[in-house]
Amino acid sequence: MSNNNIGPKRLVVGAHYGLRDWLAQRITAIVMVLYTATLLVSFLTGSNFSYEGWAGLFAQQWFKLFSVVTFFGLFYHAWVGMRDIWMDYVKSVGVRLTLQIATLLWLIACAAWTVQILWSV
Amino acid sequence: MSEVVREVPKKDRPQFRNIHITQLPNYRLPLAGIVSILHRISGFLMFALLPFVLYLFELSVRSEISFAYFHGIASHWFAKLILLALIWAYMQHFCAGVRHLLMDVHFGLDKDSARTSAASVLAVSLLLTALVGLKLFGVF
Repeated sequence: MSNNNIGPKRLVVGAHYGLRDWLAQRITAIVMVLYTATLLVSFLTGSNFSYEGWAGLFAQQWFKLFSVVTFFGLFYHAWVGMRDIWMDYVKSVGVRLTLQIATLLWLIACAAWTVQILWSV
Repeated sequence: MSEVVREVPKKDRPQFRNIHITQLPNYRLPLAGIVSILHRISGFLMFALLPFVLYLFELSVRSEISFAYFHGIASHWFAKLILLALIWAYMQHFCAGVRHLLMDVHFGLDKDSARTSAASVLAVSLLLTALVGLKLFGVF
């Protein structure tokens, strides 16, 4: 062991996943704010809510990519939030682990579904 | 000396635990607290209804026929109710999230501004819900 890990440089926590997830939740939130603003303006200013206008928006490649990035961000964001909820309210380790795994698998499935929906327009 | 110490009865130290969900009605939350718990509730609601949202989204973009089918579902009163709850959850989570981000950069942290911003979050999210709901149900 080298001794550059002492004093103020001492490593007091392990994996840093708390900070990473906190940061990821904020970054994905900012992406979702931008996406929501875009979608909301286009939805509210459209003259009438028709298939042509709505699907036409999602037919453009740049909007497909913007959408898929936002949705993936949303699923990561939801994972962090749901993990926090399970950690706060489910005290039994076995049940909590099961719920966390189910949440994760479900969100991955939703991500695949989203890709399929977006590229079928 | 040690005999004397041993005879002193052990004091019952208070235990502080998290608020249990059954104790919630006994607490009067400040506005910021209401926004905070609504953030969690709305987030959970949207997660729970994710399959419904993706299903409706798929119908709305796949084809003209499925779009008509989507319109049919969205016209049912019960679906409207769920959609309104979802739109509200989204707007509530959105506005409270923006408030969160501003507070992360130390904006509006004092008690008075926090209370004002919490009230604004509740009001603006209801307003946006009404706006999107009216548009979706074809009022304007």
